[in-house]
Amino acid sequence: MYQFNYQKAGSQDDAVSAAGSAEDPKFLAGGMTLIPTLKQRLAQPSDLIDLSGIDGLAGVEDNGDSITIGAMTRHVDVANNDTVKSKIPALAHLASHIGDPQVRNRGTIGGSLANNDPAADYPAAVLGLNATVITNKREIAADDFFDGMFTTALEEDELITAVKFPVPDKAGYTKFPNPASRYALVGVMVAQTGGETRVAVTGAGQDGVFRASDIESALSGNWSADAAKGVKMSDADLNSDIHASAEYRAHLISVMASRAVEAAG
Amino acid sequence: MSDTGIGASVKRVEDLRFLTGNGNYTDDINRPGQSHAWLLRSPHAHAKINAIDTSKAEAAEGVLAVLTGADMAADGVGGLPCGWQIHSKDGEPMAEPAHPPLAVDKVRHVGDQVAIVIAETRDAARDAAELIEVDYTVLDAVTDMDTALAGKTLVHDDVPNNRCFDWEIGDKDAVDEAFAKADKVVSIDLSNNRLIPNAMEPRAAISDFDRTTGRYTLYTTTQNPHVIRLLMGAFVLQIPEHKLRVVAPDVGGGFGSKIFHYAEEAILTWAAAKVNRPIKWTAERTESFMTDAHGRDHETHAELALDGDGKFLGLRVATKANLGAYLSTFGSSVPTYLYATLLAGVYTTPAIYAEVQTVFTNTVPVDAYRGAGRPECTYLLERLVTKAARETGLDPAEIRKRNMIQPDQYPYQTPVALQYDCGDVPASFESALKAADYDGFEKRRADAEKNGKLRGIGISTYVEACGIAPSAVAGALGARAGLYESAQVRVHPTGSVTVYTGTHSHGQGHETTFAQLVSESFGIPADQVEVSHGDTDQVQFGMGTYGSRSLAVGGPAILKACNKVIDKAKKIAAHIMEADVSDIEFADGKFTVAGTDKEMAFGEVSLAAYVPHNYPIEEIEPGLDENAFYDPLNFSFPGGAHICEVEVDPDTGDVEVVNFTAVDDVGRVVNPMIVEGQVHGGLAQGVGQAVLEGCVYDDDGQLLTGSYMDYTMPRADDLPSFSVATQSVMGASNPLEVKGVGEVGAIGSPPAVINAILDALAPLGVEDISMPATSHKVWQAIQASSVRQAAE
Repeated sequence: MYQFNYQKAGSQDDAVSAAGSAEDPKFLAGGMTLIPTLKQRLAQPSDLIDLSGIDGLAGVEDNGDSITIGAMTRHVDVANNDTVKSKIPALAHLASHIGDPQVRNRGTIGGSLANNDPAADYPAAVLGLNATVITNKREIAADDFFDGMFTTALEEDELITAVKFPVPDKAGYTKFPNPASRYALVGVMVAQTGGETRVAVTGAGQDGVFRASDIESALSGNWSADAAKGVKMSDADLNSDIHASAEYRAHLISVMASRAVEAAG
Repeated sequence: MSDTGIGASVKRVEDLRFLTGNGNYTDDINRPGQSHAWLLRSPHAHAKINAIDTSKAEAAEGVLAVLTGADMAADGVGGLPCGWQIHSKDGEPMAEPAHPPLAVDKVRHVGDQVAIVIAETRDAARDAAELIEVDYTVLDAVTDMDTALAGKTLVHDDVPNNRCFDWEIGDKDAVDEAFAKADKVVSIDLSNNRLIPNAMEPRAAISDFDRTTGRYTLYTTTQNPHVIRLLMGAFVLQIPEHKLRVVAPDVGGGFGSKIFHYAEEAILTWAAAKVNRPIKWTAERTESFMTDAHGRDHETHAELALDGDGKFLGLRVATKANLGAYLSTFGSSVPTYLYATLLAGVYTTPAIYAEVQTVFTNTVPVDAYRGAGRPECTYLLERLVTKAARETGLDPAEIRKRNMIQPDQYPYQTPVALQYDCGDVPASFESALKAADYDGFEKRRADAEKNGKLRGIGISTYVEACGIAPSAVAGALGARAGLYESAQVRVHPTGSVTVYTGTHSHGQGHETTFAQLVSESFGIPADQVEVSHGDTDQVQFGMGTYGSRSLAVGGPAILKACNKVIDKAKKIAAHIMEADVSDIEFADGKFTVAGTDKEMAFGEVSLAAYVPHNYPIEEIEPGLDENAFYDPLNFSFPGGAHICEVEVDPDTGDVEVVNFTAVDDVGRVVNPMIVEGQVHGGLAQGVGQAVLEGCVYDDDGQLLTGSYMDYTMPRADDLPSFSVATQSVMGASNPLEVKGVGEVGAIGSPPAVINAILDALAPLGVEDISMPATSHKVWQAIQASSVRQAAE
């Protein structure tokens, strides 16, 4: 990796002000994407501002009809948390299938969302469960947060502090992994919350995570695996690469959605 | 008899150091005053080098030197040699274009070495490398063999049509006759996918030059240190053997990819004298992907002629093999003598003819990879035979049985040069069918269908030639080296033993297995035996480890040396016990005088050899330390049967390998636990080739599968719990009666997996699928078939 300045922030304000005075800063959460990128010399930030020393950014809070998860909460701690497991088991399941044990013990929900990898799992959870992203400045609705691959609504001096997930009536997540990386080739979160049906798809879209409105419509009237599977998704705007054609991804969206409905019960 | 001798599952003595992180790998070694190297590599698949400006890099902090191909040429450094000469049909020798260690006029694949930066730290070297300005003229790249053969773009200006050679084997006329009288001809077109080896330890090297003695030392991740010393010393750098020490310490896997003499070894050794400092280089994983020799990459058309009873009459094969950008050390032998000489397989096909064209492309050089030629051959045969079964309506097991070589036909002379020494494939096949419950398969298929899955079963039977090799035969076929092996058995005064072997262990467990040979021979516990390998200053000579040769060729050398020790020890014992040497018997570690109760322990005799107070000094020398070289009479021929069952999810195309049965004939088994582990590893790689692994270049020659994000290695959860067994006919080509086990898993398994997938998909009308049969590809095949069937 190239040389950079390492700074460990003691508070949110510290982190933001350190970023403000650096030439090309990067916040370091779990580092599960950033560190490999640096090692490959694909990024050259002037400063890495480590968030791991900031108190109060990790943990799960039960608010009754919602759960708030701190931005620095590791995937393994979401997967194993009793509140998450009982109130939103689909979210615990999703977190338990991110990467491998090493990644789950380092990677954080806030880091994953700020990075917005188009094949990451958490964006599907946030969009599918209609979560709210809480930052040091404001609250951002899921539908407004994701802004194309590796791009979000976050401003330069804005830090995710937590994510608030409404407890759904039903939810399920199913992923078809890329055989090599085991990121999502297609991952689908389906959820019904207070009469609203949402279906979020990761791994497939050219612009990152998106809502599959055709499947949402089909499931709104008929919450069943067959209804989801019966939707023929368009392959326009879907990724095509050596692992999967757009056509295959379109097909897998319906299949994964139907299996997610089965998992949701 | 010692309980650590032949046949005992002795626990690997290597495991304590490997499993606790205490191995001593090349990158663990540091030399006083060591500097660090970074190789600047070509980002282009094919480009002319107009100029290289190293001035900014040379001026960078901490940089000791920046050297290029021009510097090497100025010093008269030679090119990297190829170890096997092949002649074309017309008698012309193969094209051997220049292979400079650092590119001179052109770069020919992404990753080709352009310059070396030597600096105080690795980061300083890498930073400086970014300051080197190379003026390239980018040329069209050619990655596909047919395009290459059209010859519009030339990888080497002096090799027309990019063809290295156009070789043939077998009797063309006899094959034409066989096809003329055939009742049925079955043909197939298939490719054997290019694989990227991915040993766990990346390649690394440290070079050291002592100017007071003029002596060079190279620590390197190789499977054959003496071969590297010979090739690099004699052909590249002109360093005589006594001034060049090559050390291969612990090596973390090779699978063939660490056989070859790589450019970095020569560049570092040469540069160490230039900077008068030790230099360390360790490949990053990305460099491994784009510089370690790749494996396989064949395109083949083949036809099988059958009579009305399903008996094979003739086989005709035309193969194109990709050599990559340069001839690697054994690149020419893999698609010829290690491939087409096995085309009889386990069958009595009387007439066989094969032609092989090899092609240069703008890709990483291709060379031996676990199995080397035999997996390509087995895949072709077993796909073709299974297709013949389908087209004749015979069961895939039945058509094989009708054509198999029977045990009483050995030694069996094939129509393609090899003579199989012994074997009984029908027996291992029957065992495999039973172990896999072949007859009960249809019930399992029906059960799977109830769960929405398509289940299929696939068979592969195989024979391979290993224990490389009888030197005279290999020499007649074009090998430029002898392929014997050597051993030194040094008995220490109190009876413990050090064995020096010219083979090299990089995961195989030789330190355990070879100790068992000595344990068996001398009747002493295996823990009294230490096996030393890998250092040319310690080991007399050797040809290294590849082609499942270590036990089959290196083992008998140890046995010979042990027998020399015993012969000498008997004379010593006879003298001390005042008996005639013909009356001395040796068993269970004791020398006895026949018909008396006189005895001497092995350690007592060895002590007498080194403390020769009462000793036949006029007759024999003191000491107990013997050398032996062994050259085998023939290859050895492991064989067997692999049966795979898969379940396919028709909604996603996902393939799950649910059962895998292997019954292999590997000859005498020295350590059953290690043999089982070797088969498991080979099967994992074979399943990997069949459903997961595939190297992809784009049309510009960029490697699209250049990391684990895109290249799929098999993981534990991709594999079932294997059912493996050995059922052996003792080997006939060496006195240990061993055959070889390192490669059988990777050779036999890929066609079993693909045949199983095609069996599962047959009800949907799918007739062909290529490796790797990824879920994407399987789904596409299902779609294409349903479209085709709808149209019909």
